[in-house]
Amino acid sequence: MSAPVETRPHREIPAHQGGLGYRFAAAVATPGGAVFLLAIGLLVATMVANENFADPGVVVRFLGRTAPIAIAAMGQYFVIVSGEFDLSMAAVVTTQVVMAGNLIGQDEGRIVPVTCLMLLVGAGIGLVNGLATTILRVPSFIVTLGTMLALAGLVRYLTGGAATGNPVDSFREIGRGGIEDVPVVEVLPYPLLIFLALAVYAQWLMRRPFGRSLIAAGDNPNAATLSGTPLWWVKTRAFILSSLSATIAGIILVGYAGVHPKVGEGYEFAAITAVVLGGVLLGGGRGWVLSAACGAFALELLFTLLTVLDVESTWRDTVQGLIIIAAVAVAGRAWTVGRKPRGGRGARRTEPLGSTTNQPTQGPITGDN
Amino acid sequence: MRRFRGALASAAALLVVATACSTDDSVDDPPASGDNQSEAGSDTDWFVQEDFDRQDEQRSATFEGDPSKPYLQYIDGEMTDTSKFKVNGPQKVCFANASISNPWRQTGWITMNQQLKVLQDKGVISEMETRDAQDDDNTQLSDIDYFIKEANCDAFVISPNSTAAMTPAVEDACKTGKPVVVFDRGVETDCATTFIHPIGGYAWGIDTANFLVDHLEEGDHVVALRILPGVDVLETRWAAAKKIFDENGIDATDYFTGADPTKIKEIITDELTKGEVDGVWMDAGDGAVAAIEAFEDQGVDYPVITGEDEMSFLRKWKETGLTGLAPVYSNFQWRTPLLALEKIFKGEPVPKEWVLPQVPITEDERDEFLEANEGMPDGHYAKFGGEDLPGYPEVWQERRIP
Amino acid sequence: MSRLTSALQGRTLTSTGIVYLVLLLAVVAGAILTGLEGRNFFSQGNISSILTGTSILGFIAIGQTLVILVGSLDLSVPYVVSLVSVLAADRMAGETSHVPQAVLVALLVAALVGLANGVIVAWLGVHGFVASLGVGLVISGYLATNYQGNTGSAPRDFRLIGANQIGPVPVSTLIMLGCAVAAILLLRRTRVGHHMYAVGGNREVARLSGIRTSVPVITAHVLCSVLAGFAGLLLLARLSVGSPTIGQQGGYDLMSIAAVVLGGTLLAGGKGNVTGTLAGVAIFAVMDNVMGVMEVNPFLKDVVRGVVIVAAVALYARREIDRRPARFERPSTLDAALQEAR
Repeated sequence: MSAPVETRPHREIPAHQGGLGYRFAAAVATPGGAVFLLAIGLLVATMVANENFADPGVVVRFLGRTAPIAIAAMGQYFVIVSGEFDLSMAAVVTTQVVMAGNLIGQDEGRIVPVTCLMLLVGAGIGLVNGLATTILRVPSFIVTLGTMLALAGLVRYLTGGAATGNPVDSFREIGRGGIEDVPVVEVLPYPLLIFLALAVYAQWLMRRPFGRSLIAAGDNPNAATLSGTPLWWVKTRAFILSSLSATIAGIILVGYAGVHPKVGEGYEFAAITAVVLGGVLLGGGRGWVLSAACGAFALELLFTLLTVLDVESTWRDTVQGLIIIAAVAVAGRAWTVGRKPRGGRGARRTEPLGSTTNQPTQGPITGDN
Repeated sequence: MRRFRGALASAAALLVVATACSTDDSVDDPPASGDNQSEAGSDTDWFVQEDFDRQDEQRSATFEGDPSKPYLQYIDGEMTDTSKFKVNGPQKVCFANASISNPWRQTGWITMNQQLKVLQDKGVISEMETRDAQDDDNTQLSDIDYFIKEANCDAFVISPNSTAAMTPAVEDACKTGKPVVVFDRGVETDCATTFIHPIGGYAWGIDTANFLVDHLEEGDHVVALRILPGVDVLETRWAAAKKIFDENGIDATDYFTGADPTKIKEIITDELTKGEVDGVWMDAGDGAVAAIEAFEDQGVDYPVITGEDEMSFLRKWKETGLTGLAPVYSNFQWRTPLLALEKIFKGEPVPKEWVLPQVPITEDERDEFLEANEGMPDGHYAKFGGEDLPGYPEVWQERRIP
Repeated sequence: MSRLTSALQGRTLTSTGIVYLVLLLAVVAGAILTGLEGRNFFSQGNISSILTGTSILGFIAIGQTLVILVGSLDLSVPYVVSLVSVLAADRMAGETSHVPQAVLVALLVAALVGLANGVIVAWLGVHGFVASLGVGLVISGYLATNYQGNTGSAPRDFRLIGANQIGPVPVSTLIMLGCAVAAILLLRRTRVGHHMYAVGGNREVARLSGIRTSVPVITAHVLCSVLAGFAGLLLLARLSVGSPTIGQQGGYDLMSIAAVVLGGTLLAGGKGNVTGTLAGVAIFAVMDNVMGVMEVNPFLKDVVRGVVIVAAVALYARREIDRRPARFERPSTLDAALQEAR
């Protein structure tokens, strides 16, 4: 005789662990979230130090000029979260800038074809980086180092070390101009708009299977491969995205800074610093793309604050170094909090449904978006 | 038996070592130098009053020679007797170049090569072997060492990467008994047959700072954009300018830019947000356009600015109509070393210290230089002095680095 | 016959073997190209020029090998080189009597920098790339603020180290090779050395096996910075003055990492050896020498370097590399020689 199976009354499992306030506080407590606080704190400090910075127009224009490095940081994020490095960014930026200068010249009709060429070249470089890393199994550090040397040398060789001149002004408007007559802020710089569009795109991309696979590839490549992820194609696409973001940064910089072989110098280290400041772990597997972008803003705000405080320019490097170490040390500690299955340490146990099921302890955030 | 073999082997090794040991002759004590900079102590000031005064005088000195050939002009002074160097037939020249890592050096390098062609056609020089040190002191030491040992040079031309570090190497070259021509940056020995350079950094600083002081008022704010610390030709420029700014009550803040236009623009924009910027001083004009554009982007009046004779600055200067000055570091000095060697090989005397004219381009002269250099790339320098060389103007327009 | 087939199957040809083959190839190509220019590749002057080129990068690359073996990176080496050069030069101030004290102080400072690197990596859990980048930037700011150019001076006796030669071999190269031997002994014969391989291979497993993982990491970083200090002293001997930018001028950070990886050491750590690194350094020196003789356009030199680095590493990156020195198999020739010497 079969008795009806008694369904034990079970609690409603809540969709989230806590209310909105709790979740917000928990998000901010992570390195990825804390960088936003850092950026806001630096902005406030700058405004306090010099009231001219409190003008919304000034702030918006500052955001506009930081857009290229933020875009580069997002590109670098894709590569770093998958566990690799892209050191060739600076060389890609310089190559694109010089290409724009030399190929567009003063001919407006050439803007569109040359821009397409630049994007193609950027994607091509990313493809080379990606394939060399995944198929040839050369460490990405080495591949991108080689690409950086080869590109930088090639560009200087072909142009004789200095570019012909700045391209036509309408192309430079992308980097220098903006939407005029906007209330409150006066001008909305185009670079800022480009950045916002790309940020939305990047966030959407990370929620797609591609984004999830990217994080999986960085977290545990073996598991990802065994689960059927085409690791080589995922990582190669990350490199392509990185080079394309460097290309777009280059297009903006043509407008902002003009054409010069020194434009873009140091971008790879600046981008990696920004990503790391944004709480993304080197070695991959953790981090949020928008906090990488915010890391770029925080870094630039730091430099501006130093200028406003009249800190001797020679000490900038030291300050930057200390901040990087501090930020990453804190981030490293924070990510490990709650991961270890120790009782009471940020663990939240739901009531056991069955006696033997072992509930995995959950930290506040686990590297998810 | 084994022990005997071991002893024999070690004895043989010792013998070989003892006979093969050799020392470079360059390891002599550094010469007693009159320069402050080589003294121990990290906070050595770059400012040397006597150099400042001397260069101030030289700005208005008379130069011997034809003004239409400024690269051959010099200030009269001690001459080197070169009769012992007199030779017949084409000679081989070895050139140890510091680098071609900035547009000024690239322009000069192209000019030098065209000058070489002329002298090769004349049969004065057979070939010029060049080693590029890529801005590394250590590499340049090896380069000069290689030249001395391996290259069978008949003459040395050296553009030193840094002053004190290159001194022993230059002395090595002098010891070979062949003529040694040093140009651009100097070294701390005067053993060279001739040392070619324009008047110098102090003169640049005086010309530019005086220009700014004349066009500004006491209490005005000047932003000084400097490329790198520690390069003596650049440090002397700032040292002189700072002195004049301080004496005239001009408030000057200096920044290091690395010649990166992005950084230049950001620095100027931040300074403009902080307050007013009335003048911009640059220790080299590369990137001046970005500085000017920063003012445009902020919608503020143009400053009084001193750049350099780089085409990008000259063009922007004309376009905007601002008050400016283009100091020069006489790019045509790249022609003089080979021409000096021509004289040396003929046994003609050359100045011990060959001081070339260094005349800034003022607004009146600017347009004629712009016309003469039309079609040249932005990174070209107006006073390159190569108008009468073969390949003009295509070689500089195409900017093919030899 | 069986040895031939097994060699063809690649079993006896390790990564180190391949690197030395590449070096041989480079020497042959170099000799041919130099000959085309009318010079003798094997002349005394040329060989000593190549060997001088290996000394500086060699010191730094040996140190970098140790650091990479434990799974870290050291990007602060150029700044350490510059710092040591100015500190030692200032203390020496041209007096021979000051030399030992100056050398000691400078190397002590270098060791402290290495200690900082190691502690940040091991105790704060910061990735080596970021830790050493940060420390390097801190030193960079210090140098830029306090030094505006060449400073101090080295007395004649000290400069002999940079100038003396035994035949075509500079004394500095011999010292560098001595350091290499010491590093090899450290890795193969001492406990710390074996622990370095263990920690680099898998830190968690090493920790669970009872190794104090911070000790090999800190040791590697300290040794790396001290070796960079040696390079700084050698540069001081060659230049006769201290220079706050000499380290950065040579690009030693990325070049040393490239030489180490070229030599077959795995960038992730745990596999590799110093012998391969020496071959990597030699390959770069030969390349630079040949390109100099051929008067290659300086811009193209970088292109060649970049392509060679990637191509050479690609040659053996897919293969397995010896994980550990063989302990229970027939000893290698080096081990046998060391055993004989005891």
